[in-house]
Amino acid sequence: MAGTDQQLKYPLPVLCVERFFSCSLLSFPTLWWVGVVMCDIEDVYEESSEGEEDVEEDELRFSSDEETKSTSAGAVCRQPPSYHSLSADTISKKMFDIVDEVNVVFQLPTPYVRLLLIACKWDKEKLLERYYAGDQEVLFREAHVVPQRRQQSQTDSTTLQVRTQSTAACGAAALPGQEFICDICMLAYIFDAMCGLECGHYFCQECWDSYLKVMVMCEGRSQSIQCPASHCSIVVDEATVLRLLRKPEVRKKYQLLITSSFVQDHPHLRWCPAPGCSHAVLCTNADLQPVVCECGHSFCFKCCEEPHEPVLCNYLTRWKKKCDDDSETSNWIHVNTKECPKCRATIEKNGGCNHMVCSTCRCEYCWVCLGPWAPHGASWYNCNRYNEKESKDARNLQAQSRAALDRYLFYCNRYMNHMKSLQMEHKLYEMAHSKMQELQAMNVSWIEAQFVKKAVDVLCQCRQVLMYSYCFAFYLKKNNHTFIFEDNQGDLEMATECLSEYLERDITEDTLSNMKTMVQDKTKYCEMRCRAVLEHVYEGYDNDFWEFTE
Amino acid sequence: MEPSTSASVRRASPVGDNLFEWAGSIMGPADSVYEGGKFLLEMKFPPDYPFKPPQILFKTRIYHCNINSQGMVCLDILQDQWTPALNVGKVLLSLTCLLQSCNPNDPLVGSIAAQYLNDKEKHDHTARLWTKRYAR
Repeated sequence: MAGTDQQLKYPLPVLCVERFFSCSLLSFPTLWWVGVVMCDIEDVYEESSEGEEDVEEDELRFSSDEETKSTSAGAVCRQPPSYHSLSADTISKKMFDIVDEVNVVFQLPTPYVRLLLIACKWDKEKLLERYYAGDQEVLFREAHVVPQRRQQSQTDSTTLQVRTQSTAACGAAALPGQEFICDICMLAYIFDAMCGLECGHYFCQECWDSYLKVMVMCEGRSQSIQCPASHCSIVVDEATVLRLLRKPEVRKKYQLLITSSFVQDHPHLRWCPAPGCSHAVLCTNADLQPVVCECGHSFCFKCCEEPHEPVLCNYLTRWKKKCDDDSETSNWIHVNTKECPKCRATIEKNGGCNHMVCSTCRCEYCWVCLGPWAPHGASWYNCNRYNEKESKDARNLQAQSRAALDRYLFYCNRYMNHMKSLQMEHKLYEMAHSKMQELQAMNVSWIEAQFVKKAVDVLCQCRQVLMYSYCFAFYLKKNNHTFIFEDNQGDLEMATECLSEYLERDITEDTLSNMKTMVQDKTKYCEMRCRAVLEHVYEGYDNDFWEFTE
Repeated sequence: MEPSTSASVRRASPVGDNLFEWAGSIMGPADSVYEGGKFLLEMKFPPDYPFKPPQILFKTRIYHCNINSQGMVCLDILQDQWTPALNVGKVLLSLTCLLQSCNPNDPLVGSIAAQYLNDKEKHDHTARLWTKRYAR
């Protein structure tokens, strides 16, 4: 069968390219792009003679193993980020796990350990180090667990039991059974009915409940609720809040806030930014490479934006701001206006003759040649002074500012093009789906038809990388490596457009086997080129050979 | 200097039957540029008082870097540092302290704060003038 024959032949040439690619990447870092750009799959296949094939195959297996290992991560030379997503329940379990782990050593009441951990941004090692380095009192004070003027001995584990009424540290002569005035509602209560924290400020339960309710429901605070007494910074711990809050919906909200602030404080946790998703992602070695949440949404762990390899987060923010600010406006300005040769004010001509008078600086000039008006005399509707020195200078200045704008528009247009193509993604998948059904009607098995979906996946990935490669390039200063980058980028762009075009074509029974090979070849090629672009950029980040404009 | 605690210096009471709207007054502290002035205040209490702070407005014009021309006051305990254990008496005391010593590093009216830091003499002169003109 012709079809199977093709398939048997097919894997070899592709692997040849990979091998060629990886060897040259290692040995001639500055030359590998030349080789790969020029070499086509067919060429390599034809070059390798029959006799060499066996020898090569062994080498190939070795190199292809290496390749496949890293392919799953997206880039070869980088350690992929290790991460996993957590559901709402596992987040709080994770929190208690950390607390328990520390508590094995500390043997303190859990709420206090939690406060200590919060003060250390959930860094266990840092907490243990600080706890045993001797500055325990400072640590406890920073965590707002005990008041400022408290004896060291009392911070010990035995006295850190949840407060009983035996120690009224506020100095009041209050004793069990005596009447005591609540500082908030000014009503007298029997002391046993009052509650307070380590600081010794006591309030009635009614006021505590209202206070905590306002803090939780109106202010959305959880970790930072302080004792209601003025100038008292002691934080109300979780157990006390839950004991004092009466309404179940407030308690529920409080527990939600606790989990959410845990995720916010923890340096290695991020909420998945997908709408409606309640998962968080835990990642310890975050990089530019995106992470994928359990819900299927992939995002950059550092800035929570959509994946934006190869551009760095801060340049992406700047780029987006710039695009929001000026792209449409500057397009319009570019087409419809000129600048006043004297004050650079942007001027639109909406009728009349060529004799312009700038409304800001009163400079008189000619709209056609941008030179001063005086020598023009009375020739209001035509200008024959185009080559005079003054008009040339004025136009040169104008050209410079326009060049900067042109440069921006060049990158912006390409960025926007890829973005628009990406936004049609769902249409592409629909098309792929119908194509796969067509194929199955032609007696192609389901599993064989998957190559179409794979091609669309790769196409979208390439478009995304291309899109952000333009904002990366916009901030790049020209040097030798940028030429390599631009060639890589250009090659990927060409391959991507080609793949896109193949996918648009109709597949008939006659062309099926041919098309399948073409699409698969191109898919593989695009995937490789995409990786090549990213690898080169990462290599640049690692070796510091990218220079950015400010 | 500890401000005087005499009741005549600071007053406040409900306006009519509405317990949520009070009117009050504080006297300019002795030895300050506001000495001799009487500053009228409008106090509005939110429904969840004392768990939310009261709103306080100066009804008398005053030349002060933490109080603007609408009479709004920039004071930490009337915003995020409010605690339910505070009460009207303590708030009035804090306001007197604010008149005694302003906080030019965290101003509501930037120009007055700048003048206080750069040309204190002129600042004091204007403040005395305003006290004489509006607060007597």
